[in-house]
Amino acid sequence: MRGAVRWMASVLLCVTLWLTPWGPVAAMDAAMTERYHSLIEEFRCLVCQNESLAESDADLATDLRTEIQELLEDGASDAEITDFLVARYGDFVLYRPQFKPLTYVLWIGPFVLAAAGLATLLLRIRRRAGSEAGAPLSAQEQQRLRDLLDDSARE
Amino acid sequence: MLRYLLPAALFAVLVVFLGLGLNRDPSMVPSPLIDKPAPAFSLPHLKHPAQRFTHRDLRGNVSLVNVWATWCVACYGEHPVLVALARSGQVPIYGLNLKDKRPAAIRWLRELGDPYAAIAFDADGRVAIDWGVYGAPETFVVDSGGIIRYKHIGPLTAEVLTETILPLVRRLREG
Repeated sequence: MRGAVRWMASVLLCVTLWLTPWGPVAAMDAAMTERYHSLIEEFRCLVCQNESLAESDADLATDLRTEIQELLEDGASDAEITDFLVARYGDFVLYRPQFKPLTYVLWIGPFVLAAAGLATLLLRIRRRAGSEAGAPLSAQEQQRLRDLLDDSARE
Repeated sequence: MLRYLLPAALFAVLVVFLGLGLNRDPSMVPSPLIDKPAPAFSLPHLKHPAQRFTHRDLRGNVSLVNVWATWCVACYGEHPVLVALARSGQVPIYGLNLKDKRPAAIRWLRELGDPYAAIAFDADGRVAIDWGVYGAPETFVVDSGGIIRYKHIGPLTAEVLTETILPLVRRLREG
């Protein structure tokens, strides 16, 4: 009898645990949950640096997810949550760095380099095209051309 | 001339950048809290749960704040360095015990020695997040005004102490 009760209790416990929702969704409505999920994709887990907070199993990532959830429930905006993390961990937590003087080179640099490359290329093409079309043949070259044409006409 | 010099110069610049990139450790993320006041906190003392340890207790003297835990293997390696530093009396060390069990932490100190002037017990790691801690051990240098001046990530070594931390502590005391 006692064995049966104990068995029932453990089954019940398993079912309850199984039904307990995973992750921090219970207190948030649908819109907030969506914001939560898009936010945790945006931040880097500093422990395993190539994973976002959403992907990481690290202890710190779990704690930061909880922190973000609580900030959301307290009515914080996305910008406030970003500021919260940047103030503690620096710009490195952001997968998409903010656009500010320190990151101008990062954001604009590739376009500047691409434009410079394109400009150089265009300049060279134009210069080469100009040199080929512009120079007339010398008298010697004219003579050689005439010989070649005569040769081919004879054959 | 330019047609050879320009690519060579660009290549040299590239090599310098790649060289710098290779020699930087990506696991050392610079803290944005350097030269800012130590984040406010109020935590129970590890050994005296009824008393509070707050950021105000860090003022008045240059000190180290060392983040540690008994589950942290690197902290075990670092511990003798802290004990030796405490024995030398050069700078007070405060502890921030991170997400630990109180009895385990107290046993650790009893067995390995207690280098700390006082230890804050951060059971859920919230204060550590405010301090931008992302692993243990980490060590902060806090000046007498309660401003964070330096953060060392990873275990302290005798070398780091003599070359970086202690010279900084002396400078802060003078200035």
